Amino acid sequence: MRLTEKDVRYVAALANITFADEEIGVMLHDLDGILGQMDALAGIDTEGVEPMSQVLFDAAENATLRADVERMPLENEVALANAPISGNGYFKVPRVIER
Amino acid sequence: MTNHTITSIREGLRAKQFSAVEVAREALEFAERENPKTNAYLMFCPERALSAAAEVDRKLAAGEDAGALAGVPIAVKDVILTKGVRTTCASKMLENYIPPYDATAIERIEAAGGVIIGKTNCDEFAMGSSNENSYFGPVRNPVALDCVPGGSSGGSAAVVAQGTAVVSLGSDTGGSIRQPASFCGVVGVTPTYGRVSRYGLVAFASSLDHIGPFARNVKDSATLLAAMAGRDPMDSTSANAPVPDYGAQLTGDVRGMKIGLPVEYMKHATGETADRIHEAVAKLQGMGCEVQDISLPSTDYAIATYYVICTAEASANLARFDGVRYGYRSAEAGGADSNKLAAMYCNTRGEGFGPEVKRRIMLGTYVLSHGYYDAYYLKAQKVRALIARDFTNAFQTVDAIMAPVSPFPAFRIGEKVNDPVSMYLSDIYTITGSLAGIPCMSVPCGTTGTGLPVGLQILCNHFEEQKMFRLAHAFENS
Repeated sequence: MRLTEKDVRYVAALANITFADEEIGVMLHDLDGILGQMDALAGIDTEGVEPMSQVLFDAAENATLRADVERMPLENEVALANAPISGNGYFKVPRVIER
Repeated sequence: MTNHTITSIREGLRAKQFSAVEVAREALEFAERENPKTNAYLMFCPERALSAAAEVDRKLAAGEDAGALAGVPIAVKDVILTKGVRTTCASKMLENYIPPYDATAIERIEAAGGVIIGKTNCDEFAMGSSNENSYFGPVRNPVALDCVPGGSSGGSAAVVAQGTAVVSLGSDTGGSIRQPASFCGVVGVTPTYGRVSRYGLVAFASSLDHIGPFARNVKDSATLLAAMAGRDPMDSTSANAPVPDYGAQLTGDVRGMKIGLPVEYMKHATGETADRIHEAVAKLQGMGCEVQDISLPSTDYAIATYYVICTAEASANLARFDGVRYGYRSAEAGGADSNKLAAMYCNTRGEGFGPEVKRRIMLGTYVLSHGYYDAYYLKAQKVRALIARDFTNAFQTVDAIMAPVSPFPAFRIGEKVNDPVSMYLSDIYTITGSLAGIPCMSVPCGTTGTGLPVGLQILCNHFEEQKMFRLAHAFENS
């Protein structure tokens, strides 16, 4: 095993996901199996290889820039229309600062 | 309905055999009636469809150009935003989400006269290879109802196979168009990365995500791609390259075209799938293509590379689902934790995402976390460069590469659901092309002894869709 339950709980906290206790064990088993596959990467010689973070083509450096012109953003009520809770033109969340 | 093509609809409209509104009504009625068999549609949008169809009829009556997709009933994978029409990503998280804008691909399709009739089921947030990860239940393969249609764009492949749409849109991150196309026996195209704008495609892995077409023949897939392709100021990764006239390339003449067979793929390919691929390549050889073995030496590392990169990008992209601006919010915002806001985020995500999405967010978070970034994420990006280089080298000697799409045909629903590693390994033939960002497609090349479709995968160099279509079209008509 590469991982422990403690590792899974740590990563879950980083990912902002609540897991039930019984889910932790399943996640541990699955992640460990998949990471076992991923360990194959360690043995590959990548000396001097530039990391590829994006598919790139030959083009002018400004080829993907658009004209710098004003555009209307979504209107306030449109932007709020899908909010679970909103009010006074804002998204509402549980109180963070106690008075 | 089940026999219509883009061409047959255009000719029928021109000859006044039917109106676009009549086609849309018939398509909606047929699709709604047939859908319980497959669960391929999540919803229909009759108002939008009939209003688009009426506009086509108005243009035709006024003698105006009604567009390349005039009156064609089209289904759209439910990860592509449709203004005012619910878009769920097949997730509880977005069960009631109504987008405030259209994806660029949708705008272009409707500008070309296309009639969007509904949204299709898929794996949750496009994560999966069987369509069994949908919050709204699995899709059944119309060719064999006890089998999966493939994934993640399973619904979009199924509706085209079933005849409940003429063409459809899917999205492909690691094979999510080609694999369901092969499982359902239809044509599926993953264009060059950047060929079609991703604006309005709900992001899974941004450096790998593509929108692409499904159709019942190669020509229709090319027509639909051409209608969507081209530069979009709203997506800085969309390419500023001209869109060729794909239709003009469908000459049937493939003499002298060079086809490469990757030895690293074919050594693993066995059974009837391998037989169908060899027969297809032999057929093209008989039509004048030259066939040679090629090597893509980094193939064995592709799955590890892909699952590091796609999960890392997914963990960042899906951070936006926090219960604040849209989507599901947990009622449990309190608990022992004194920080109610943090508890709301965590409970919302714990309850709103399904198991596969959570698995990928966790993996992605892990490979990006302190101490593991270099070993996994940075390493994978370097190996990705090697995989892309393999293709660059190969395309110096061949016009196209041919391979299977999937190691096996459609499997039974439930057969692999508890084994994520085995499910990931089945993506071996499709993810290499995705990582390189090259155009690839699946074209039907026969069936197994039990009648399950097999797809031939054709891969070409960046922006050489025209070569891919020419080969696929010649093979289809052979």
